[in-house]
Amino acid sequence: MNDISLKDALKVVGTRPVRPDGVDKVMGRAQFGGDAVMPGMIFGSTVRSPHAHARIIKIDTSAAEAMKGVRAVVTAADLPNITSEEAFVGEGPMNFRDLSCNLMARDKVLYDGHVVAAVAATSTSIARAAAEAIKVEYEVLPHVINEMEAMQPGAPVLHDDIFTSGVDPKPTTPSNVVKRMEFAKGDLEAGFAAADKIVERTYTTAPVHQAYIEPHACVAAFNPDGQCQVICSSQGHFMVRAYCAKLLGIDISEIRVTPAEIGGGFGGKTLVYLEPLALALSRKAGRPVRMVMTREEVFRGSGPTSGGTINVKVGAKMDGTITAAHAEVILQAGAYPGSPIGPALMTCWAMYDIENASAVGFDVVSNRPKVAAYRAPGAPISTYATESAVDELSRAIGMDPIELRLKNAAKDGTKALYGPTFQNIGYVETLEAAKNHPNLQAKLGPNQGRGVAAGFWFNIGGESSASLAVNEDGTIALVSGSPDIGGSRASMAMMAAEVLGVNVERVRPIIGDTASVGFTFVTGGSRVTFATGTAVCDASDDIVKQLRGRAAKLWEIDVEAVEWRDGSAYPAGDNAGKFEPLSLADIAVKSGRTGGPIAAKATVNAQGAGPGWGVHVVDVEVDKETGHVKILRYTAAQDVGRAIHPSYVEGQVQGGAVQGIGWALNEEYIYDKDGRLDNGGFLDYRVPVASDLPKIDVALVEVPNPRHPFGAKGVGEVPIVPPMAAIANAIFDATGVRMTSLPMSPPKVRAALDAAGK
Amino acid sequence: MATVHLGATLCRTYCGDIRVVEVKALTIGRMIKELDALFPGLGNQIEESMAVAVDGEIFQDTLIDPIGPDSEVHLIPKIAGG
Amino acid sequence: MSKTHVTCTVNGEETEFLCDSNQTVLDVLREDLGLTGSKEGCGSGDCGACSVLVDGRLVCSCLMFGSEAEGTSITTIEGIADGENLHPVQSQFLKHAALQCGFCTPGLIVATKALLDANPSPTDEEARYWLAGNLCRCTGYDKIMNAVHAAAAELRGESA
Ligand code: FES
Ligand code: FES
Repeated sequence: MNDISLKDALKVVGTRPVRPDGVDKVMGRAQFGGDAVMPGMIFGSTVRSPHAHARIIKIDTSAAEAMKGVRAVVTAADLPNITSEEAFVGEGPMNFRDLSCNLMARDKVLYDGHVVAAVAATSTSIARAAAEAIKVEYEVLPHVINEMEAMQPGAPVLHDDIFTSGVDPKPTTPSNVVKRMEFAKGDLEAGFAAADKIVERTYTTAPVHQAYIEPHACVAAFNPDGQCQVICSSQGHFMVRAYCAKLLGIDISEIRVTPAEIGGGFGGKTLVYLEPLALALSRKAGRPVRMVMTREEVFRGSGPTSGGTINVKVGAKMDGTITAAHAEVILQAGAYPGSPIGPALMTCWAMYDIENASAVGFDVVSNRPKVAAYRAPGAPISTYATESAVDELSRAIGMDPIELRLKNAAKDGTKALYGPTFQNIGYVETLEAAKNHPNLQAKLGPNQGRGVAAGFWFNIGGESSASLAVNEDGTIALVSGSPDIGGSRASMAMMAAEVLGVNVERVRPIIGDTASVGFTFVTGGSRVTFATGTAVCDASDDIVKQLRGRAAKLWEIDVEAVEWRDGSAYPAGDNAGKFEPLSLADIAVKSGRTGGPIAAKATVNAQGAGPGWGVHVVDVEVDKETGHVKILRYTAAQDVGRAIHPSYVEGQVQGGAVQGIGWALNEEYIYDKDGRLDNGGFLDYRVPVASDLPKIDVALVEVPNPRHPFGAKGVGEVPIVPPMAAIANAIFDATGVRMTSLPMSPPKVRAALDAAGK
Repeated sequence: MATVHLGATLCRTYCGDIRVVEVKALTIGRMIKELDALFPGLGNQIEESMAVAVDGEIFQDTLIDPIGPDSEVHLIPKIAGG
Repeated sequence: MSKTHVTCTVNGEETEFLCDSNQTVLDVLREDLGLTGSKEGCGSGDCGACSVLVDGRLVCSCLMFGSEAEGTSITTIEGIADGENLHPVQSQFLKHAALQCGFCTPGLIVATKALLDANPSPTDEEARYWLAGNLCRCTGYDKIMNAVHAAAAELRGESA
């Protein structure tokens, strides 16, 4: 076992080699979901509801079916009617019946873009024409988009079997409020009574899409013998297999899913949208079917994450001690239950050691697409509100925002609002790293301001599998079950190389299909480097043990007398110096004669992922004429435990921060009065582009996680949590105007400045 | 005896106003069984949708991880992520 | 539907294809010529994942009809390297970890090559504006800009 505190002893971990899948990607050879081909493949398309809420009266597919080239049409009638059954998917508990109805509407459509039918034909253009020829008769129902309106008595009710849970007495009439949730500690009233200053405010956020550049895509074949093949881009091919089996009523053993390269996911590809439809079409057509969403379908039918309304009240003494904090968070779930309300509540005060605190939340359905996970689900929404309020508080008592955070910072031994006591956390170190960053010395000009905010994410572990085989020439084949979304093959190869003591180029990592490697949970929750990395290290340790055993046989000594160092076996103890060391390649070439191939596998259910902390500092300039906010400087400090490949760790932080900048300044779902999405394309749903941004400076803090062989903690989720509040706080610093509604787009900033008479 | 905190909203249906119980268990699986005996249905709820924080460290989807004789255990909603 | 016969040069090779009137150059490249390196992120000219060079000019291939390719010379991501030797833009993208998922990468590399062909010493602002038509959701563009400037330096013959 490695001593994780000994960073200097590491030879591979912490370096920046070229990633093993890199050349394919810069040459255009990498195969993504939409690039995959199967012999005889035909093409699918979908029919989507133009209504926000309507009853399906009749679906007439006859004209489409009669078209030349059309091979299959499916509707909900072709899928099994799934009974209500809770399952735990990307975002939290979800019901398989809901998942099935979200895939293909049954009886009612619940949002603009809800799929009602799918068709497969010999070309994409025929499939699209056929989709238009499918006539659906609807009875349009009143709809509700906004979460606050959806909570009102008398609002159109989406599901007649939802009775708010978590409230006393149990309601007797159905509503759109799925559940109420609460975390509390201490005595809130006493805490507020002890405060010298109290800030109380309401904030709203807009739903935003993960907006991965690769639309959802798959190819699927349903063979006459019942065996199914799927090639798709997803955050978890075992997840795809499980959901396809469940939603189509077939055995898991009948389905083999091969992961394609995935063009971004950020949580949005932890669900299925196309794969079961492609299989259902293939079953009918007798041909493999490829389905690729258009960009508009991606916006209307997949993702996004919730928008919400948050009420915050927080109080402190003049010395900066926060005495009480309360947040009420109302989140949109979309058309089916399951917003990230739990994590939104658990994260929003996690940065603080506060004696009296509470967080209350509501999960609310409305006529929008069902939300999907998006980086640190829930946390950015609630934290935007709490970190804005804390900023206001620090100004009210005249204390520097970083000092206020240091004074109240969660540390080892702090009991979180949701129960557990933190240990091995690096939040104070992260605050210090932000405070000491040279960017904070930069002088600000007129209309410029600086904002600070922090963020927290739990990180998770869970089930992962990996296997290693020593090739005859001493190179290594490494197979893991985690789709590589941001360079994880590089870090897997590096960890194996470190344990084995070989050059990282000697290790070739791939992602195995569902039949070639053990079950592995989705790439999400910032778990891969931690959990799959642990499996890779375990398997590598096993290989080392076997290599020592083979050397012992060749030398005819006891295995305990063989030491593994720098990729070679050395005789140790009494035998030290008696034999020439044997390299991995020397042992590999003789492996057949010393007992057969050398291979190992490891499976883990990793627990004890170390939580992550981020502190962001941003400088902005506000154009008072137009309301445009320009980001001048951006600094992101984060505790990452141990950076395995620092470039890709920095990349995660930079990418997350920039998604947060988009969330803060531009991104939103806009609906018209009929509940139709108005901005379902990259022209009107504006994600950040290169010219919007400055450099994103990253300060990596390494407080190792004792539960990982090299101390790694999850990285990818945290950086999207602080940006919205940091930017709102910077805008206040620049203008004296507090932005309480996202996005802080030019018209809204302009309006806020007007209202404040600035 | 480990101290188990039942504060989470998800526990209320099963535990009513009881917020803390002492449970004799050396693994998470045993603890879930003991809790289910006290509050029928809670065991299933924990296994389906909850995580278990043992002395600050979060465990989910596991029955075999150990609990110390004086551990502080919190039941919290299960965590996933993006 | 009658098809149009088109003759053009793709990555230096004379190429013929038949296309429907509604097929874009991107469709032809991906579906008919097997060149799947160019990606479709939007199909509406907003993401740049489909960037190719047409007679040296940077074009969104999703906005150009196949029939308009007659007589042109098209360079796609597959034609950027010199055989197995990576172009400096490609090798600097790798060296600087300028890709995460890699879906935007082909378009960005083609667009960067076009930039550096036109302007061998772009300022950071010029480079950022030139590449503003190429969306990347993963990286936040920071490492991409590092790679662009390193490639520019390498192409100018400066040691990086
Ligand atoms: S696919 Fe051509 S610009 Fe997006
Ligand atoms: S690397 Fe994923 S979109 Fe750019």
